[in-house]
Amino acid sequence: MNGPPLADRPDAIRVDLQLIAGLIEPGSRVLDVGCGDGALLHYLVNHKNVDGRGIELSQEGVNAGVRNGLSVIQGDADTDLADFPENAFDYVVLSQTLQATRDPRQVLEQLLRIGRRAIVSFPNFGYWRCRLQLLIRGSMPRTQLINYDWYETPNIHLCTINDFTQLCDDLGITIERRFAVNHEGMVGGLRGLDWFENMFGEQGVFMLTREESTD
Amino acid sequence: MNQAELKQPPLRRLDVDHRPSVVLGADEPLRLACGVSLGPFSVAYQTYGSLNADRSNAILVCHALTGDQYVTGAHPMTGREGWWPRMVGPGMPLDTDRYYIICSNVLGGCMGSTGPRDIDPASGRPYGLGFPVITIGDMVKAQAMLLDHLGIDQLFCVIGGSMGGMQTLEWASRFPERVFSAVPIATAARHSPQNIAFHEVGRQAIMADPDWHGGDYLIHGTHPARGLAVARMAAHVTYLSEGALHQKFGRHLQDRKVFTYGFDADFQVESYLRHRGSTFVDRFDANSYLYITRAMDYFDLAAEHGGQLAKAFHDTPVRFCVISFDSDWLFPTSESRAVVHALNANAANVSFVEIESDKGHDSFLLDVPEFFAILTGFLNGAAQHRGLTQA
Repeated sequence: MNGPPLADRPDAIRVDLQLIAGLIEPGSRVLDVGCGDGALLHYLVNHKNVDGRGIELSQEGVNAGVRNGLSVIQGDADTDLADFPENAFDYVVLSQTLQATRDPRQVLEQLLRIGRRAIVSFPNFGYWRCRLQLLIRGSMPRTQLINYDWYETPNIHLCTINDFTQLCDDLGITIERRFAVNHEGMVGGLRGLDWFENMFGEQGVFMLTREESTD
Repeated sequence: MNQAELKQPPLRRLDVDHRPSVVLGADEPLRLACGVSLGPFSVAYQTYGSLNADRSNAILVCHALTGDQYVTGAHPMTGREGWWPRMVGPGMPLDTDRYYIICSNVLGGCMGSTGPRDIDPASGRPYGLGFPVITIGDMVKAQAMLLDHLGIDQLFCVIGGSMGGMQTLEWASRFPERVFSAVPIATAARHSPQNIAFHEVGRQAIMADPDWHGGDYLIHGTHPARGLAVARMAAHVTYLSEGALHQKFGRHLQDRKVFTYGFDADFQVESYLRHRGSTFVDRFDANSYLYITRAMDYFDLAAEHGGQLAKAFHDTPVRFCVISFDSDWLFPTSESRAVVHALNANAANVSFVEIESDKGHDSFLLDVPEFFAILTGFLNGAAQHRGLTQA
């Protein structure tokens, strides 16, 4: 990893990570699954005083995290979540990783077993640019978030915001918060309308729980 | 075996001054796992850096099978540099400007801590095989008594590779409240059957040496140098990797252009191993080798907890950094991963890194920059949480 140490970076983290960080209560226990180089964890540890852990598949990512004093293990969302006890964390974060897992449904169930809440973000395949590329060019869409050729993409389980919402319903998971986000931030206009968000959200960010709503 | 290369040293050089050393267990002896009560006994140790005012910056370094307390600086017996010179010192990962480093010779060792070459007070003769069999747990309990003597309630960190990693895991499991962070390196929570097998080869080599005399070689004025050298040679191969052997020696011949068509050390790798064997016997006691390898064989942290490794770390407050090396086939990454799984089952605070290195098990002793960078990062993070200020 040739990037600057995390400590030297400006506090600006990716727009979806900012949104996720905003959902997390200070001082809570957080597991970041697929934490990359630890940018979100680093932010949460330093600005929200969380007890943070990370799991990352790539060795470079793990090394970068541990070099920066974060608690990160090399591991796989598909196989390693099963080790953790129930409700071990207040939040389990899965950012831009669900679509690369072998069994997203099982991973989702694990997230909500080991965490009281899960925060999941994923690229929205219903985004209008994806639809347009398929419709006009007749080729597999590429966006900033899913910028791979079809034959080398790690993203084997892409879905739309609607698809994901449906899966949560099927699994009896409560959606506490739901955001459609593009690279500038939350999509404005007709927010809250399913078709609009599914069309104009480049990614979806969901906060999920199995617990009954306390509101 | 080449007699000229592996002849017995005329003088046993083990009897140098190993101070500081402390006599422990005089009032209350140490209850060993085998049932014997040992005491009083000596523990020889070295320290580097200085203890801070609130006694919170101590790091216990646990040495491996043939290591000792001389981590860095000149070894009083060999005159050579200690075994972790690039790890311990000012500005190094175990920064002596910031931390107080302690390393003690293990119980059963031969560098000043009580072991089989010491005099058995009951008989007035060297213990030999009369020395009680010790375990990793016994070694750790003796270290805990040393820390009591030094007035240190909680270690900032326990760290060690190989057998030192076993002690590290034992420390975290047995005394979680006395360990703020733990770094088990290139190790396992139990000794594998393959590793037990290699140890047995080494022990049989020692015991097959007529100079061993059933363990009473000190009484006979001999030393089973040939057997011990063979044990070291066999073990040394397991510390390397096939790639490292290829790279370092290939099939190159030693000081010759053609085969001798005999059993001299034609190949460089043979010459190297014989050298390793012959230098080792000058600094190590054969019976200590038997006892310490046995301690490793018996180590099985899960077995002590009903077969469930996770129970060895129940609700542990310790911050862990588990490190393995990808070319280590003696303590492969799968062993470290088993430890990590057990820690995850307790939602423990754990970092786990497999480091790329072609140098095999010995990687933890060698200059591997990524290893040092990882360790420095982990210790900095832990120090921040412990409230240790930057030096």
